[in-house]
Amino acid sequence: MAVPAVRRAPIRTGMKPPRLSFLRQTLTVAWKDLRSELRTKEAINASLSFAVVILLLFSAAFEPTEDQTREISGGLLWLVFAFAGALILNRSFARELANDCLDALIAAPMSGAALFLGKALANFVLLSAVEAVCLPVFGAFYNVHVTRQFWPLAGVIALGTWGLTVVGTVFSALTVNLRLRELMLPVLGYPILIPCLLAAMHLTAPLVMGDPLTAELAQWVRLLVAFDVIFSALALALIESVMVR
Amino acid sequence: MRNKTIAVLSWFTALLLAGNLAVILLVLPDEVQQGPIFRIIFFHVPAAWTAFLCFFGAMIASVLYLVRKNLRYDAFAAAATEVGLAFGAANLLTGMIWGHIIWGIWWTWDWRLTSMLVGLIIYAGYVMLRRAIEEATERARMSAVVSILAFADVPIIFFSIKWWRTQHPQPVIYGGGVMSPAYKFMLFFNWIPLLLLAVALLLIRMRQEQTGREIDALRREMHAF
Repeated sequence: MAVPAVRRAPIRTGMKPPRLSFLRQTLTVAWKDLRSELRTKEAINASLSFAVVILLLFSAAFEPTEDQTREISGGLLWLVFAFAGALILNRSFARELANDCLDALIAAPMSGAALFLGKALANFVLLSAVEAVCLPVFGAFYNVHVTRQFWPLAGVIALGTWGLTVVGTVFSALTVNLRLRELMLPVLGYPILIPCLLAAMHLTAPLVMGDPLTAELAQWVRLLVAFDVIFSALALALIESVMVR
Repeated sequence: MRNKTIAVLSWFTALLLAGNLAVILLVLPDEVQQGPIFRIIFFHVPAAWTAFLCFFGAMIASVLYLVRKNLRYDAFAAAATEVGLAFGAANLLTGMIWGHIIWGIWWTWDWRLTSMLVGLIIYAGYVMLRRAIEEATERARMSAVVSILAFADVPIIFFSIKWWRTQHPQPVIYGGGVMSPAYKFMLFFNWIPLLLLAVALLLIRMRQEQTGREIDALRREMHAF
């Protein structure tokens, strides 16, 4: 009987580990962030309960009629998304401070852009999950059937959330070493986000109430897309400067 | 040398401003529809131009800092932003005074007013960020990034004039408004003293930044012993 030859793993001395492609690096970081968030649920739980509390408080404070809800729905929803988003975004880089994980991430053989994009992607997914819970809750609290213009609404929310996430992730990285980071992120981020939030609010209000997008709303869509493109490009270009230690 | 430059600039600015004020208040006639309050435009509009120029300068200096890592660019960016904030605030306040007389209200959520306010809040955030970071190179890096991101907001401020229907009077230089040549000349001519004032303030503020850094270095040296 032939004895099978013992297969030995080739000894890799001095060999470089295989480099992942940019996309793989990005997805690896995003998946790492999502997995750690799913295990600890530290940001998403806080964000969700905060969002529901704001929705409840608004309803209690104003008791809006159907017409009033029509007017305030876009603004209310995006204020909730923005506030709830700040909780997720604040944790995005702050989570890496323990055990010097941030230094390890920066020293890892991948570009800052991949690290940033991965983090932004994870934040986008988390924030979208919070929004996906908030919308039906909003519908129930305010007696609105929110899914009548589902796909346009989903598109607008995705565009707005990406703007929110990109700017928020840059500022999360920028403020991570500050003593006042929980304070500085909204102070710096929200004013820059105003055009994005305004466009999203103007588009969301009619869509949530079941009205289709009209031609005059097209400029808001253009603004939202332009904002996303400009700030994504700027963020990718500048992130190396932010990450240097 | 710099002291002399600042002194000469300041005196020249003061003389020019005094001359311009005399012409604006005593020589130029009242505007037919708006009356005497129209004269505020000779400060309102050039103040906005100066502010935009300062923010633009700050953005260029921030890019240069990120490329060359020379703290002089950072000092320029910080100084230009603060001077721009002062002129932006002057623009907003003069606009509000004009609005109170002509529209009867101090504030309206007109897009240009709102955009200017948003711009000022963003740059106020820049100043706050600088105060929050101790280490000079880190402060320079982070504030350069914020300055560049903030300036990306400026085109939205500018183009918002055309994009949104607004209560604001049509811009007189860029756009459809008509203005008599004497007024137009004064509008541009009064920009000169405001620009000179901005340069003088910029030089003073840059020197303060430099002195601040020197003091910081000396303090560290002292602690090292």
